[in-house]
Amino acid sequence: MRGTARTVAVAAMSAVALLAAGCGSGDSGGDQSSAAGGKTGGEITVRGCNPQNPLVPSNTTETCGGNVIDAIFSKLVHYNAETAKPENDLAESIDTTDNQNFTIKLKQGRKFHDGTEIKAKNFVDAWNYAAYAPNGQSSGYFMEPIEGYGDLQCTGTGDDPCAGDGKAKADKLTGLKVVDDYTFTIKTTEKVSNLPVRLGYSAFSPLPDAFFSDPKAFGDKPIGSGPYKLDAWNKEQSIVLSKFADYTGDFGGKVDKITFKIYTESDAAYNDVIASNLDITDEIPTSALIDDKYKQDLPDRNAQKETGVIQTVTFAPTKVDPNYADPKIRQAISMAIDRDTIIKQIFNNTRVPATGWVSPVVDGYKADQCGEYCTYDPTKAKALLQEAGGFKGDKITLSYNADAAHKDWTEATCNSIKQALGVDCVATGVVDFATFRTQIAERKMKGMFRTGWQMDYPSIENFLAPIFKTGASSNDGDYSNPEFDKLLTQAAASTDEAEANSLYQQAEALLAQDMPAIPMWYGKTTMGWSDKVTGVKITAFGTIDFSSVALK
Amino acid sequence: MGTYIVRRILQMIPVILGATFLIFAMVFALPGDPVAGKCGERPCSAAYRAAFIEKYNLDDPLPIQYGKYVVNLAKGDLGTTASDTPVADQLKLRVPVTGKLALMAVAFEALVGILAGVLTGIRKGGFLDNLVLVSTLVLISIPIFVIGNVAQLYLGVKFGLFPVTVTSSNPTFYELLLPALVLGSLSVAYVARLMRTNLVENLRSDYVRTAISKGLTKRRAYGLHALRNSLIPVVTFIGFDFGALLGGAVVTEGIFNIPGVGGYIFRAIRVRDGASVVGSVTFLVIVYLVVNLLVDLLYGLLDPRISHD
Repeated sequence: MRGTARTVAVAAMSAVALLAAGCGSGDSGGDQSSAAGGKTGGEITVRGCNPQNPLVPSNTTETCGGNVIDAIFSKLVHYNAETAKPENDLAESIDTTDNQNFTIKLKQGRKFHDGTEIKAKNFVDAWNYAAYAPNGQSSGYFMEPIEGYGDLQCTGTGDDPCAGDGKAKADKLTGLKVVDDYTFTIKTTEKVSNLPVRLGYSAFSPLPDAFFSDPKAFGDKPIGSGPYKLDAWNKEQSIVLSKFADYTGDFGGKVDKITFKIYTESDAAYNDVIASNLDITDEIPTSALIDDKYKQDLPDRNAQKETGVIQTVTFAPTKVDPNYADPKIRQAISMAIDRDTIIKQIFNNTRVPATGWVSPVVDGYKADQCGEYCTYDPTKAKALLQEAGGFKGDKITLSYNADAAHKDWTEATCNSIKQALGVDCVATGVVDFATFRTQIAERKMKGMFRTGWQMDYPSIENFLAPIFKTGASSNDGDYSNPEFDKLLTQAAASTDEAEANSLYQQAEALLAQDMPAIPMWYGKTTMGWSDKVTGVKITAFGTIDFSSVALK
Repeated sequence: MGTYIVRRILQMIPVILGATFLIFAMVFALPGDPVAGKCGERPCSAAYRAAFIEKYNLDDPLPIQYGKYVVNLAKGDLGTTASDTPVADQLKLRVPVTGKLALMAVAFEALVGILAGVLTGIRKGGFLDNLVLVSTLVLISIPIFVIGNVAQLYLGVKFGLFPVTVTSSNPTFYELLLPALVLGSLSVAYVARLMRTNLVENLRSDYVRTAISKGLTKRRAYGLHALRNSLIPVVTFIGFDFGALLGGAVVTEGIFNIPGVGGYIFRAIRVRDGASVVGSVTFLVIVYLVVNLLVDLLYGLLDPRISHD
């Protein structure tokens, strides 16, 4: 349907949700895990962890801070808790005819927690701030598709790229224009078909004027626009949120107060849930996963859901380690891994064997993209290895960061490879995550290494472009395939969603031939809760859906 | 006595400088990128990295970084953590909690340990002696995380006698009781054994026999002379243990979710938060030095032959 405006607005759906909210119940979807309903009001405590950065949406990329940011900031679109489909939140409509020029109309009357109204300039200012390199925002790169992004970057080399001649040429994105108080336009450098889906990521939150006068104070006590506002952040102890009285959006919560209690060990949080000292934990410790012990400890008070996380094993770039250059060797190694047994024995079935490079929770997912290459078949694996002329190096290595629980599965994976291929395989621990990532980034790590990806926004594109496109920021294996890049560009230009998805799927299929990374498994999140709460749902991001939680 | 204390305090200055320099050099030498873990499972952008490195002077050579740090330290500024809060604020929150916990643990180990040591030392070979010997052996051989987790599961979760975890930033005596007992359980065994051995040895010594033959009651000879002499190594151990508990209670703090100093240092090392590590370890060094001074002064009280004039 060329020429027709594509809208992400799900107008009918929002209207239903609005009506339902008026009746005091925000439930628009079906029940996933426990009886919905419950009363409005009261307070709950949930497990939290320590935010690594000040709480600014464009400077938060890790989950500890992200969980809080998500609850206190509204975005243009909101991801449905069940299906992860984008639904309009602050946006009245997002229109485009060419995937390059987008017009965004805002709903009127939505407010920040300081009482000021959310207007078009709040978005434009916030995105300019995020993109302007000297501000050093960790999520600044999400603005990359917007026209003029390059001029906001520092070009210098050495320790401080922003010094001297390297200074950024501009501090405003040319692709953002305020039309009136409730309308602004985005122009992207290239065609980006899934831009409306991306706009639900927290980096695209609007920021109130108060932020720009004192960003540092804001980071301590952010002024958001979501259903909950931040009352207090007691560093390393708790974060207290309370219901925002003037919230008029469709995704409000039932409870009046949410306290994130900061835990350093998931065991402590779990024990507190059993003893009813804590209402919800979004992480079940390994000790309780064994033989599904948590199902006995918390009968009918637990839930498990697949989330947009994939674990992969990436091969070092060919120029770093030529032993793995032949795709047949890579495929042979992938076929030598007995995913099912490892998941059962090491992860107590809290993972799902991967059959491709894209998580099943996103729109555009196609099953079995990896095909036989992700199916355990030791005979075929060995034959394939022989066809490639055998493994040239003395042993296969699989590196992991030893400060998290990766030792068991990497060793099991190596054993599986060793038995199937008859080539020695060693799991090598690197002291910690910082050192591990540095070695990968400096292209000093040889052999294979573990890589994980947690989606930023629910789109098939998010699992392909940032990881496998030539020169992409997380392309740790320096994968480069012109045909793959071409398909991604075509998909981004396509104005038809189904066509775009099909092009992305074709690109994904190329990965099976080249095998730049071995898909291992998709993640699942397990939660448990106390007998005081009801309506606990897990979102596709593995977080708690605060719009449905209520006290019994 | 006064000059002795002044001299000891002056001696502390080079010790603190040396210790901070060593810690600083070690943190500096740690491999890995300080921003690598800060952006989740992906590399941070160049702009973020530049801003971060600029803020914490990470591109300066070691002597200059250290110089800047010491100048700030002299002004009482312990630096800023990587999550942008002053280290001093973090310590202000945590030290009272850890201090309370360590004091309770030390009080427990001193009271119970010394009492058990004295009772068994006086009646060597009796039933109580054997009972204490066996039970302390059991305590010494079980790792602290087993004791902690078992105590939490049964006394906290199953029977509900104690709170499962610490839930407030200013924990009550009751909330800290179980963690303190767990924390002190290992040391109580050492204190009891140390006390018993020393007492047994001193009871056999000439001055005790002389005192008794001079007509002193057993109670006075044991209590005044033998006990005081036997306490010297025990006091040394307890003083050292207090310092160790302040920074080394990582496991217990983790199990009971206590917002203490040990866990803070542990996490700071993991995320390469140099300012937090150096700041809090500097603080611990000072505590050690002060506790050592107190122990040395106590020697003088316990044994008049050790004089500090």
